[in-house]
Amino acid sequence: MIQYLFFALSALTIISALYVVFSRNPMHSVLSLIVCFFTVAGHYILLNAQFLAIVHIIVYAGAIMVLFLFTVMLLNLNRETEPHKTNWVKIAAVIAAGMLFLTLIASLKMAGLGTYSLPHKSNIGFIQDIGVKLFTDFMLPFEISTILFMSAMIGAVLLAKKEK
Amino acid sequence: MLTDSSLIAPGMLIPLFPLIGFLINGLFGKYLPKSITGWIASLAVLASFCCVFYMFTNLPSTGSLHIDLFNWIGFANFNISFGYLIDPLSITMMLVVTGIGFLIHVYSIGYMHDDEGVTRFFTYLNLFIFFMLLLVIGSNYLVMFIGWEGVGLCSYLLIGYWFKNDAFNDAAKKAFVMNRIGDLGFLLGMFFILFNFGSLDYAEVMKQASLLPVGSALLVTITLLLFVGATGKSAQIPLYTWLPDAMAGPTPVSALIHAATMVTAGIYMITRSGVLYAMAPFSMEIVAIVGVATCLMAAIIGLMQNDIKKVLAYSTVSQLGLMFAALGIGAFASGMFHLVTHAFFKALLFLGSGSVIHALHGEQDIRKMGGLSKYIKVTFITFLIGSIAISGIPPFAGFFSKDEILSKAFEHSKIIWAILSISSMMTAFYMFRLVYLTFFNDFRGTEVTKKHIHESPSTMTIPLIILAVLSIFGGFIGLPSVLGFAHKFQQYLSAVTAPAQHILDESHAAEVSHSTEWILIFTAVIAAIASILYARYKYISNKEQPAEDASLTGINKMVYNKFYVDEIYETCIVKPLKVLSDLFLVLIDKLVIDLVVNATAWVVGLSGRTLRLVQNGNTGFYVFAMVFGIIVLFVIRLFI
Amino acid sequence: MKEMAMNTVPHNWYLFLSTFLFCIGIMGVLFRRNAIIIMMCIELMLNSVNLLLVSFSAYSGNSDGQVFVFFIMVVAAAEVAVGLALLVSIYRNIASTDIDKLSKLKW
Repeated sequence: MIQYLFFALSALTIISALYVVFSRNPMHSVLSLIVCFFTVAGHYILLNAQFLAIVHIIVYAGAIMVLFLFTVMLLNLNRETEPHKTNWVKIAAVIAAGMLFLTLIASLKMAGLGTYSLPHKSNIGFIQDIGVKLFTDFMLPFEISTILFMSAMIGAVLLAKKEK
Repeated sequence: MLTDSSLIAPGMLIPLFPLIGFLINGLFGKYLPKSITGWIASLAVLASFCCVFYMFTNLPSTGSLHIDLFNWIGFANFNISFGYLIDPLSITMMLVVTGIGFLIHVYSIGYMHDDEGVTRFFTYLNLFIFFMLLLVIGSNYLVMFIGWEGVGLCSYLLIGYWFKNDAFNDAAKKAFVMNRIGDLGFLLGMFFILFNFGSLDYAEVMKQASLLPVGSALLVTITLLLFVGATGKSAQIPLYTWLPDAMAGPTPVSALIHAATMVTAGIYMITRSGVLYAMAPFSMEIVAIVGVATCLMAAIIGLMQNDIKKVLAYSTVSQLGLMFAALGIGAFASGMFHLVTHAFFKALLFLGSGSVIHALHGEQDIRKMGGLSKYIKVTFITFLIGSIAISGIPPFAGFFSKDEILSKAFEHSKIIWAILSISSMMTAFYMFRLVYLTFFNDFRGTEVTKKHIHESPSTMTIPLIILAVLSIFGGFIGLPSVLGFAHKFQQYLSAVTAPAQHILDESHAAEVSHSTEWILIFTAVIAAIASILYARYKYISNKEQPAEDASLTGINKMVYNKFYVDEIYETCIVKPLKVLSDLFLVLIDKLVIDLVVNATAWVVGLSGRTLRLVQNGNTGFYVFAMVFGIIVLFVIRLFI
Repeated sequence: MKEMAMNTVPHNWYLFLSTFLFCIGIMGVLFRRNAIIIMMCIELMLNSVNLLLVSFSAYSGNSDGQVFVFFIMVVAAAEVAVGLALLVSIYRNIASTDIDKLSKLKW
């Protein structure tokens, strides 16, 4: 049952991801990326990581994708203005990505990873567990990430501001 | 060994005062008024002199004081300490250095008063005194070597003091290079000593050397190498040509460095290494031969020179040769005695010549002088006293020391005695030729200079008078036993020279009888007086004048041109070296080194130009490169 | 056992899935000229890594990996904010988001 669910989600993920790349309209790319993110969130739930699944939807689908959408609409990008590479480059890109995939798979095979099974009952990935981790072991990085956010915010405002 | 703790402090202070003077003048000189710097420098030397004098009166002649300041170089098997050795020999040298040094400092205040770089002058002068004291006070060869190099440096700086004149700079460079050639010998000698005896300390080296057989090859090598150093510093054949050129420096410098102190460093060094030389008779012979040859050759050249300072310079070379001859025949104390008296009268003569030059506003050619005795009385009288002293007329200082060497030479070898006597006659002749041409007859210069002739200020004349007094009475420290006196100077030094003398006395013990010595004395004095009278006949009665340069012929021309030694060196050594350098410039430097360097640059440039094309600014291309890079890395990691 | 096997997903599958997603992201970066799409592809790659981390974390029973994912999201959000701001200002200057036109960075 879970395997079917995994296959379905994976297929959706891969198709939407491919559509992001191959779609000629930037707007379609953005929308299909949102679909992709939702399926990834589904994978997270399959993996018992409920907290991350929620955060993923909020951050990616809610915040990041909205930013993308706004940018695309602000810049008024559409199918007609979309630039394209020559076919040679496109073929080369596919071949390069394929080669990378092959080498990665080969290296995974050769790495000889052990086989794991998903523990049946565990509280890993629940809010409480992550929260404890965040506020004990990862306290310092957590606080520092706030500084990162602030500097990113200031930077974004400064960069996007109209020059006088 | 005497270790009186009350003597350590003044002993340590001796070289310190000139160093302090050097630092004050060198660091803060430009904030001080020019008139003060000279007095600071003089006071520093005077303080040093007082310390030396205190040591002289309080240290018994049999004693020596060894002060180890700190352990300088120490590893594995040996230690070299930075130590002072104060014994009669070093005290004698230090008395000369600081005493005459002080007088010359005071003289310089007057002589250099209108020079713009007077602070620099006194800075160098103090530095020189410091290094010279270090040279004579050191307790091992390495400390001596510091001083040895230091005085060479100061000599270079002071010869080229008027650095705006290219000829003076060349003279300074010549002095430095020639000294370096000698220093190489000294350095090699030091390496031999260190390698074979494991120490550079005088006492240790002498102790170990005396255990070797007399005349062993090692000792001959060491002593000959050290002697090469001495020929450089003390201007002996074949390295003497720098000294006459060194007269380019200010006259007080010539008096202090190139007559009284630095050039006698070689004598001091050989006396200090007396045991080594006594153990190597072959080296002694070489020293004697070189000394005699230098003595004669320089005296001959001196006969024909027309520059007042050049005459004195060749006279110095000649007198140094005499001292080396004395050392070579084993009369160490006599050599030192002549060193002291020579320091008195040669400093006096140089300062006197400086006073003449000062009076004539820089004129040095004796053909343009004459009749000066009327105008500059003090200079004339003191110069005359110096000339009498150097000519060996009793009872002036030069007589006793020179006579002593001559009698020792007679006992050693008649030929050496004969040559030295002839040189002494020549010395008497050219000195009085100088006196007559400078101070007698009529003035031969221009009317303009004649009007301005004036006696020097008292800062210059007082040192002259003191030195004149020393030149008259200085010889009394070493009245010979033939007159019924105990030889004070010899006795004073005996603690230092005794070991070497002891080794020498084993081979030949013959003393000249008193009657022979009387005959020798009379011969020498009569010869000197005869030379003086001949000079008087030639230049006063006949009113001869030195011929013009162009009119000279034959042997006169050769002598006037200093036997063409400089030209011979130029042709035989300098020119081939230059040709060789040019050859290397073309072959090694331009062909090989430049090729390698340029080829490297060319390869780098080419690869840069080629690889630059990769940097095409296309982001897509960069990403492609990155992906392929990752792939290649994975492949390498996995399959290779 | 068969039932169990049907109900659990082998860990390898997640590895293959995330590797494939990553390669799609790489391909997108190489394929497209629009800087916005390229940034989206970069998000895709980040997601594949996140998925990998979460799967490892879940299968090994250690939640550290999920905390890392959390931080990656933080960084990604910051990156997108700054990156899009940069794009906007680039667009203002050259009226395009074509990266092939941004070739001043050479020689």
